[in-house]
Amino acid sequence: MTEKKKTQLKVLFSLIALLVCAGMLFYVNHYTRPTFMLRTVLQLGAIYALVAVSMNLLNGFTGLFSLGQAGFMAIGAYTFAIFTIPVKSRSGVYYLYGVADWLSNIQIPIWAAIILAGLVAAILAAIIGAPVLRLKSDYFAIATLGFAEIVRIIVGSSPMNRITNGSLGLKLIPKFSNFYFPFIVVGICILIVSLLIRSSYGRAFKAIREDEIAAEAMGINLAKHKQLSFIISSFFAGISGALMGMYLGAITSTTFNVTLTYNILLIVVIGGMGSITGSIISSFLVIAAREWWLRFLDMEIFIGSFKVPLLKSGFRMVVFSLILMIVVLFFRRGIMGTNELNWNFIINRLNKKKKTGGESCE
Amino acid sequence: MTTNAFLQYCLTGISIGGIYALIAIGYTMVYGILRLINFAHGDIFMMAAYFMIFSMVNFALPWYVAIIVVITATVILGVTIERIAYKPLRSAPRMSIMISAIGVSYFLQNVATYLFSALPKPYPAIGFLTKIISFGGISTSVVTFITPILTLAFVFILMQLINHTKIGMAMRAVSKDFETSQLMGIKINRVISFTFVIGCFLAAIGSVLYFTPRPSVYPLAGSLPGLKCFIAAVFGGIGSVPGAVLGGFIIGLSETFIKAAGYSEFSDVFTFILLIVILLIKPTGLFGEKITEKV
Repeated sequence: MTEKKKTQLKVLFSLIALLVCAGMLFYVNHYTRPTFMLRTVLQLGAIYALVAVSMNLLNGFTGLFSLGQAGFMAIGAYTFAIFTIPVKSRSGVYYLYGVADWLSNIQIPIWAAIILAGLVAAILAAIIGAPVLRLKSDYFAIATLGFAEIVRIIVGSSPMNRITNGSLGLKLIPKFSNFYFPFIVVGICILIVSLLIRSSYGRAFKAIREDEIAAEAMGINLAKHKQLSFIISSFFAGISGALMGMYLGAITSTTFNVTLTYNILLIVVIGGMGSITGSIISSFLVIAAREWWLRFLDMEIFIGSFKVPLLKSGFRMVVFSLILMIVVLFFRRGIMGTNELNWNFIINRLNKKKKTGGESCE
Repeated sequence: MTTNAFLQYCLTGISIGGIYALIAIGYTMVYGILRLINFAHGDIFMMAAYFMIFSMVNFALPWYVAIIVVITATVILGVTIERIAYKPLRSAPRMSIMISAIGVSYFLQNVATYLFSALPKPYPAIGFLTKIISFGGISTSVVTFITPILTLAFVFILMQLINHTKIGMAMRAVSKDFETSQLMGIKINRVISFTFVIGCFLAAIGSVLYFTPRPSVYPLAGSLPGLKCFIAAVFGGIGSVPGAVLGGFIIGLSETFIKAAGYSEFSDVFTFILLIVILLIKPTGLFGEKITEKV
């Protein structure tokens, strides 16, 4: 088989896989009850997949350990909410403090608001990135964490009452117009990120991750590329914040606390630092486990008169953090390591299986 | 602001600063030796508060026994965490061990929520500590008054320990160069465990002093003080004990005065801005060592 034919075959298979995914979504949308857990898991999973990919771009591909993702999500979500809450219901939302005059009559379409959410997050990233990116690994982590906290506190503070509704938060944010909306937005965004990673910029990011000094010696402009990675990552974090706002319908500043960043980090680590498909797979797995499969851990279960020990509210999260610790300590590469789940990967895996006589090579 | 009010705020600020200093020492010593931000330290501090509730409310121990129990339990917790979560990652990249620390912090918060529920629990009052004393027009509780004194006493003892004992010398050697000190026959694991013992001991003391004048404990009560104390450690120059103490006092004082000026919403914002500013102007902090980059 020639190279060209192989590529054509791979494209064909990719299209088939895409169609299968679309067909599954169609099935879920039309043939399941609206309260079915899978619908929630898929939508929330897609949103987390986007933010996990954006964090992975920074932490996994560029090697900058950022803990500020929740802050950028907060900016995105608030920007989106402020400009899209229907004008006629604003007085109800801002019932206590009233809405700022310049804001009271502005309402922009959903798609524009989503892009604006990303842009505002990106602009803020550009402003703080210039000084903060000079810091070395742990200091950078703690500075971005501090930045996220600053954003959260300012957004929920009283001088912002007439814009962000202070500690009361915003509600009546427009919901998804149809079931497919989040998947389309997330799909486009992740496609852009994966194209970026395959470009020369992506290679430069990886070079910086492997060895900064060597990368600089090879002629990569460190400051420029770090800044670029930080801004792009924040842009997509902002967009996922907007989607999160749409999904939740109501947000307060406490929605975006440090725990959210830790949750995203958990997804990235389980999926493998430096693998986009890993992040996507693990976000769906993690959300499904957290919201659906492990729900029973929070409930007291009786088998006959025997009460299953340990199970009570909160146990789910304990099990969850144990899984994270086990992954960190024993499976440091996560599900995918730095590999991507593509046809080459699958073919290599299958060949390896044949060679080792069909032994499982997990 | 009258002189009396000013002195009152000073006392409050120095007191809270003393507690920050005690916790910041834990951060700075662990960072000095392992080059690790121990994200779990704030949560160890929170767990110490729950241990106190347990021993005084559930087991009805007198306060002096309870404090000993709390210190022992906290130290055991800290050393266990080091053994399980940090020791296997000695040779791993820095990022892995940091993620492990975040994982421990996440785990402790969830365990506390699971065991003690997310609802705030009242902190037991230690009789003589909550007594109000007044002198020269300033009235304050005993705990506010003795906190800075206790802090300085502990710091003095700690400095003696670090500068004039064998284990202290070993600690200084390890923080200078990990591998060389290992070659010199220093038992690295013992030194690291000892560092955690000191850090957790001070965190337990800090926990008692911090929560006594406060109404309640909840599972996330440790995360914000933890971050602030880390900032104090960075401010003073991470790795340096006197720096951490000074940083703690400065952050405690500035926070109190910002609250007094009526901007209590923004006191934490100020602390974080202080962090970013100090990192940009003098990344090594006030007393930090100059680190030269080696290829």
